Amino acid sequence: MKQTTTRQFEKICEILDRYERKPAKLIPILQAVQAEYRYLPKEALAYVATALGLSPSSVFGVATFYAHFALTPKGKYVVHVCDGTACHVKNSESLLAAIRKKLALKEGKNTTDDLLFTVETVSCLGACGLAPVMVVNEVVHGMMTPAKCDEVLDKILESEATQ
Amino acid sequence: MTTATIAIPDLTETAAHYADRIARVKRRIIICAGTGCVAGGALQVRDAFSEQLRAMGLNVVTRLEGEDAATPDGAIDIYLSKSGCQGFCQMGPLVTIEPEEILYTRVTPDDVAEIIQTTLAGGEVVERLLYRHPRTGEHCKGKDTIPFYQRQTRTVLKECGMLDPEDIAEYVHHGGYEAARRAVCDMQPEEVCALILESGLRGRGGGGFPTGRKWELTRVQPGDEKYVICNGDEGDPGAFMDRSVMEGNPHAVIEGMLIAARAIGAHEGYVYVRMEYPLAVKRLNRAEQAAREYGVLGENIFGSGFNFTLHIMEGAGAFVCGEETALIASIEGKRGMPMPKPPFPAQSGLWGKPTVINNVETLASVPLIVRHGAAQYRARGTEKSPGTKTFALTGHVANTGLIEVPFGATLREIVYEIGGGVTDNSGAVSGEPFKAVQIGGPSGGCLVEEHADLPLDFDSLGSVGAMVGSGGLVVMNNKTCMVSVARFFMQFAQNESCGKCVLCREGTRQMLMLLDEIIAGEADAKTLEILEQTARAVKIGSLCGLGKTAPNPVLSTLRYFRKEYEAHVFEKRCPAGVCKNLCAPVILAEKCIGCGVCARKCPVNAITGEKKQPHTIHQEQCIKCGACIESCRFDAIVQGAIL
Repeated sequence: MKQTTTRQFEKICEILDRYERKPAKLIPILQAVQAEYRYLPKEALAYVATALGLSPSSVFGVATFYAHFALTPKGKYVVHVCDGTACHVKNSESLLAAIRKKLALKEGKNTTDDLLFTVETVSCLGACGLAPVMVVNEVVHGMMTPAKCDEVLDKILESEATQ
Repeated sequence: MTTATIAIPDLTETAAHYADRIARVKRRIIICAGTGCVAGGALQVRDAFSEQLRAMGLNVVTRLEGEDAATPDGAIDIYLSKSGCQGFCQMGPLVTIEPEEILYTRVTPDDVAEIIQTTLAGGEVVERLLYRHPRTGEHCKGKDTIPFYQRQTRTVLKECGMLDPEDIAEYVHHGGYEAARRAVCDMQPEEVCALILESGLRGRGGGGFPTGRKWELTRVQPGDEKYVICNGDEGDPGAFMDRSVMEGNPHAVIEGMLIAARAIGAHEGYVYVRMEYPLAVKRLNRAEQAAREYGVLGENIFGSGFNFTLHIMEGAGAFVCGEETALIASIEGKRGMPMPKPPFPAQSGLWGKPTVINNVETLASVPLIVRHGAAQYRARGTEKSPGTKTFALTGHVANTGLIEVPFGATLREIVYEIGGGVTDNSGAVSGEPFKAVQIGGPSGGCLVEEHADLPLDFDSLGSVGAMVGSGGLVVMNNKTCMVSVARFFMQFAQNESCGKCVLCREGTRQMLMLLDEIIAGEADAKTLEILEQTARAVKIGSLCGLGKTAPNPVLSTLRYFRKEYEAHVFEKRCPAGVCKNLCAPVILAEKCIGCGVCARKCPVNAITGEKKQPHTIHQEQCIKCGACIESCRFDAIVQGAIL
């Protein structure tokens, strides 16, 4: 492993210490690791398993069980389109289609090649009063239309371009 | 409270101190800071108030403690406070002006200057920001005149939307933690269990099991190590009651857990919150810290020798973790897969120790019962389902939001009076009846017009093939295809099936495929038969609640909308005009200018017509690809429901 990875492990060690290296804290540990890297690198999973005295397969099992954990890098902006019942009956599918079209995501792909956006659906964000809803990182956008989705994405693209 | 650990919190003194501070406030502006209003820009509205009022030279405080910004005579000009969700999400951002109790709706930062000038300085009301009665068109000044609130009985939700969720002193001022003090200092554990049993409180997570009995079962288990868990993994799509309570009144949840801990003899507790609710996690963490610093969590609570520590844990995105044994596995750091019951968590739960696991709303009801007594609690609701229930009212209804009604309320009251009527797809009130109301999310069933006067409670809903579930109510209008709705829920159940037991894992997949066949127009009589058989098998044979209830949406739509299924299967027609394969495109003669674009785009040459004359689609040739609809620039081609 190269230097960058060694440094990564230092970060992971800090996280492990924060949770007293308790196997029961596996989920919060993985959440913290993911918050750091935006996904769970394979080496990180193996490292966490060894440190906690768990088998790599059981750590991998937990990492693949929960929808929140990602084994491939996610984009800088994670776009969640809510497809809960209330959003669904208010045509959330058209939002998803518009966003995917805007970002030119091909079938089966959820992250743009430049790692700027990841588009996912979620089952319910609990903001049903504002259906249909889209969330970009933690900012909730309510009562959306395909056109409004375009606007939100344009603003992000603009701010990225000026940076 | 700013100081570190206080040995024994004095509730009376805290309340008196708070009363003294609040009495100095000349005017309070409450900004709803629930998820809905924040999404609508509530925080920007708050900033605008703060900036503009300060620029006028007024002293504005955002907290009653800590900031000493009172004027020389001790008065506070403006207390600009945040509240939790007030329920009326669709009209947000909401701003309440006290003492007049004026409720302004859909406030933007641009409205702030006018509110300050007209209401705060001039003492007049800004009419255009008031809610208008949908029928009479009258302006409603406050909550007591708005039908959405008038028809509700808010008990659990009463303080959500009123008090500042991050101010423990205000909670104490409203009587908070007095119930916990009484349970810890003045009552024996068995008395607490007996009181909750007497109140008739039933679990709000869906099953409706009597809470007092659950506690008593756990209390009598031997051993010192027991746990209390609050199930905040509210995963049902279309439900957000628990989110609002955790965000709006987190101390009520903590107080309920403290009382539960006293009742069963637990010294440690967990709140498990789903990760989709970041604000709830934040507010609970702050509330836990405040409660610890104040001395109502930790060691020797109220000087009684009773200890209780609380952990807040964030889930990682798995619906099945709402099932109690799966949730326990998740807290233990494992895959959240359910275990067969028995043993029940009351006997062997977290780390194999006796555990009480209750839903958020259940726990938030507990302090009210201890404070006001079982009899007062029983005064509301029905005999077998006492008390009130919160529902998330969403879908095709004019007023979407969070409501609380006594058990026994009818759908008619909820949809037409509180909800303000059914809306069409453009969002306008249509005056038509609802087609169906889906209750209880993917585990529940649908109710139809004939149930409009059915008193809603645990038992009556069970008798018509539905369930209270967590309390999501999704109203659907006539343009909703019930087969698609069933498919939507089946897709959800299939995604969320943990894969442990075969019937749920394979059964949900098979049912989904059968529903897809029906929607694609590839089904025959056999399909319906197999679908029904599979649904019954999965219902009987699955391990946990997820699988046992996953077929409910299918069975319930088959029961009430069989004709609609049959139209899909035998006539290859979607009566609601939703399923693309079963809807033929139709040209609206009055809109068609005869440009011929659609005819050129049609891959099978199914469209003909004279130039500048309305064209026609030959249905026998049409392959329903939709290319013509996309190509028309005059919106003259629509998906028709008739073949």
